[in-house]
Parts: sequence; C-alpha cells; structure tokens
Amino acid sequence: MARKVLVLGEVRDGALRNVSFEALSAGKAIAEGGEVVGVLVGKSVSALGQELIQYGASRVVVVEHAELTQYTSDGYSQALLAVIEEEKPEGLVFGHTALGKDLSPRIAGKLNSGLISDATAIEVAGGNVVFTRPIYSGKAFEKKIVTDGLIFATVRPNNIPPLPKDESLSGEVNSLTVNLKDLRTIIKEVVRKASEGVDLSEAKVVIAGGRGVKSEEGFEPLKELATVLGGAVGASRGACDADYCDYSLQIGQTGKVVTPDLYIACGISGAIQHLAGMSNSKVIVAINKDPEANIFKVADYGIVGDLFEVVPLLTEEFKKLKINA
Amino acid sequence: MNIYVLLKRTFDTEEKITIAGGRINEDGAEFIINPYDEYAVEEAIQVRDAHGGEVTVISVGSEESEKQLRTALAMGADKAVLVNIEDDVEASDQYTTAKIIAQYLKDQEIDLIIAGNVAIDGGSGQVGPRVAELLEIPYVTTITKLDIQGTQATVVRDVEGDSEVIETSLPLLVTAQQGLNEPRYPSLPGIMKAKKKPLEQLELDDLDLEEDDVEAKTKTIEIYLPPKKEAGKVLTGDLNDQVKELVTLLHTEAKVV
Repeated sequence: MARKVLVLGEVRDGALRNVSFEALSAGKAIAEGGEVVGVLVGKSVSALGQELIQYGASRVVVVEHAELTQYTSDGYSQALLAVIEEEKPEGLVFGHTALGKDLSPRIAGKLNSGLISDATAIEVAGGNVVFTRPIYSGKAFEKKIVTDGLIFATVRPNNIPPLPKDESLSGEVNSLTVNLKDLRTIIKEVVRKASEGVDLSEAKVVIAGGRGVKSEEGFEPLKELATVLGGAVGASRGACDADYCDYSLQIGQTGKVVTPDLYIACGISGAIQHLAGMSNSKVIVAINKDPEANIFKVADYGIVGDLFEVVPLLTEEFKKLKINA
Repeated sequence: MNIYVLLKRTFDTEEKITIAGGRINEDGAEFIINPYDEYAVEEAIQVRDAHGGEVTVISVGSEESEKQLRTALAMGADKAVLVNIEDDVEASDQYTTAKIIAQYLKDQEIDLIIAGNVAIDGGSGQVGPRVAELLEIPYVTTITKLDIQGTQATVVRDVEGDSEVIETSLPLLVTAQQGLNEPRYPSLPGIMKAKKKPLEQLELDDLDLEEDDVEAKTKTIEIYLPPKKEAGKVLTGDLNDQVKELVTLLHTEAKVV
C-alpha cells in the first residue's frame, strides 16, 4: 500500500545530520512506493533541501522563521503540524535524537496517534510495516506495528542504512509560511560541553572508560584515541559515580544506549547495567587487567593488560595506520 | 504548590531478561521505581520543601505498583494515586498511559509535574511530553537543574551533552535526567509514616473512561532476545605485538577502521 511519508531533516551547525538520511531510508520503506517528502525547519535552511532529495526525498517543504533558529518544542511543533495539515501524510519519521525524542511524543499527543520510538529496523511483512526496537535497553527486542492511524516512528542513529546519495537528483523545495504564537519556553543560553567531540549516540567509534581509568585525568589517553579514530568518549556508571567524568557520558541501562561500529571498553568490568547500553555495538574490544572480567564475555577482541599501557600504544598504531592509508 | 510525579514500576537494572510464553518473564524478578522517576520524586520533595505544598505520586499499572508508590511515600511524597488497569485494559501503549494520566490530572490544580525522561523497560520516553500536550502546558525534557521563582521557572536541559538554559512558566511539566539530584533512601521513620499516608486506587470507571477511549494505537507482535554473543578472541603474546595484531584485525577482519 503506497503511502505519503514526511521525514524531518534535522540540521545541526548548518549541516544535515546523518540520522536524517537514515530516516529518509526508513521513510522510503514505510512509503512502499508512495511519495517521501522532506521537511526542513529553521531560520535559513532551504539550501539543504536538495541534499534531502539526493538521499531519497522526492521534494521538500521548508518552514523558515527567525524564532526557529533554535529548537523549541513549541516552535517546531507548530511548524510540523502546519506541514502535516497541508500534506496530510500517512507516515512520519524523525531521528531518535534529543530533538526527535522531545518533539515526537508531542506531535503524537496532538494528533492522537501512536508512535514507535527508537526503531532499529523496518520491514514490510504481511501487509504491515513492522518495526524492530530495543526494550530493556537492548537486553531484549520487540517487533511492533501501528494498529490505528498515522505510521509514526523515530529511528535510532547508526542502524538503518541510508540510501546512496545520488547527486544527479533534484526536485522542488517549497516554503510554507507559518505564524508562530505562544512560544512558552525561551532558550536563554546554550553551554556547549560536547562540542569538542562527536556526539556519543551518533558516533561510529566509542572509547569508553570505567573505574579502571582511576581519575578525571585518566580519561586523557582515551580522548586522544577517540580523536585519532574520529570517535566519542563514553563511560560506565562506575566512572561517573566516582566523578571521573560528567553523567552525560554514561553508557548503560541508565544513561545512553550506543550502537557504534567499534566500541573499545577500557578498564570496564562489564556490569549487566553497562552491557545493556553497548552490547549491540558491531565490534567490541575489551581492555582490562582482570582476565575474568565480564566484559570479555561480550568482546570480539580482548587484551588483558593495563589500559594506561595499552591505550597509548593503540593510539600510536592507529596513527600509523591512518598515515599509511 | 501542587506537585505531581509520574512514576513507573520497572525491572531492577541488574536483572537478566528471559522470555516465557512470548512475554518477558517476571517470575522472581526484583522490581524498583524506574531510576529516572526516582530523580523526579526527589526533585518534587525538594521543591515542596523549598516552596511548600504537596507532592502526589501517580502510577498507572497493576496492584503490584503499590510497593513502589509506598517507597515514594517513604521518601517523603505526601499522597499516591494508583490507576489500576489490570482488569480493564488488555494491551496498553504510551497513548493509553498518557491518556489516563491526563484524564486524572485535568481535574486537578497543577503547578508542576515531574516525570522521568524515559523508563528503562519500554524506553520510549513518550508519556511525559504526551501528558503535557494533552493538558496544553509547556514541558522541558531531560533536565539537570530546576529553579522556581514565583510562577517562573529556569531549567537546565541536557541536550546530547550540551546544556540549554531555558526560561518558562508554571504550570509546567519537566522530565528528569541523571544528574538532576541524588535521590534519598527512605528512612525508617519515613517507611513507618508511609504506611499511613493516603494511597488512592482508581479504575477507568472512576475517571469516566471506557476501554475504547484508551485503546492502544500500536501492538507488539513479537518479543525476542538478541543472539547470544560468542566470547571473542583474547590476544596473547608481547603487549606491543598484541596491539599491532588488534589494529590489523580491526582493519582487515572486522573492517571497522
């Protein structure tokens, strides 16, 4: 059954986020041959429209407004609801990012629709669009369908492969004027703490430290390795509870769930609550002094040794690899 | 100030998950207050202690959730409400839960609603914002700081590691992120007092809702465990050689770098 599907393109620092291309790919699957329409919301974002088309949208609707420079749920929901009113889609896809998590339940609440959050796979089977999503932070998975109304989902970064970019494609980018009213939350200030690195939930490589890093300074070698690999630094609850790092780095059942291509666990014992947050990573490397540590049970490759010896050596080897490549 | 906390009973984070008869096996499992809701309870108590008023904790679930509500009362909440849907609702989703909570709250005087930003079982993070939308009040998710002056609120929101400082006004719904506070343990006198605090049990009827009004919009058709990971290869030999071997393996075998 062909459906019209709207996909929100999320813009950060003037560029589209990868997860938006993945969302377009998800939108294509849900559309089952129907039209996929990209949506852009912001202050001056229309120039990014063609890129959404090159990744699978047939056309793009843009809502631009000075009050939409920064994300607020009031501003963005009014913009999105106006596009939904105009386009009357049968499907809707956002990335499961901070923005998507904040905005999607509100839109679903307003439309009285279902919402499947944090989908990691989509297939069409027996006339249904079937979503796979982790529950218990990845200790288990469920397959879900929408039984009534709009098919609305958010997709977890790094899981649904984007369609290949086709630069020969072009299409219409139209703007829609929306009068915003009643903006009840005002952003006074943004303190950028994560700006030095790649966002943890979207990173292809994660270098995580546990109690074994011993101190705040102990994270330095991990940061260097992350920089060489273009990855992000994460941590176990043990390291956060011991104040070696900020809670925003925590990976686990409380904290973030990550699924990078490569996860390097340094001085992490592998408590169940931590494993829930990372065990679905594609390749896991464990570095730990204790050969009996739980983390080795889920690791693809392990080195038994002191992280303060191993990590700097790894950084040097990866540097050589990058130079030779 | 009238403060409401949305609370869910969840599996303990240290529990292993098993499946029996196509469902998550709950036999013998330990249950706790969803950890993010614990921050919400703590924050509500702190706001009440600073500004006066009353903290009411609400849960939608079965009779079993009474234990977690009593724990919240023992921490210092004043009242609890349990909407027991065990007999009325066969399959619920976030639409169901939000609709029931909003139906209860729409008849209350509300200044502040605090929820966890996500439950560690279902992991959708939908119920808080859905409730705010149904009540037509503003909300801020994943907060790490809350400061209230009169009817104005200044909130710090965690956005993928960055922080946003947001100004808004009451009535307001916020969802708690880790780092908001350090939840207290219930004290022994607190536990004794909690036994006498009011815990109201409601059913759909009491809220003038029919099962059809809250019928789920989504349906789970299968639950499964991820394939068990085979233990991998622990490298041996000289440390320098191990590191070289690892880099080669990641590059040529696993092809992730």
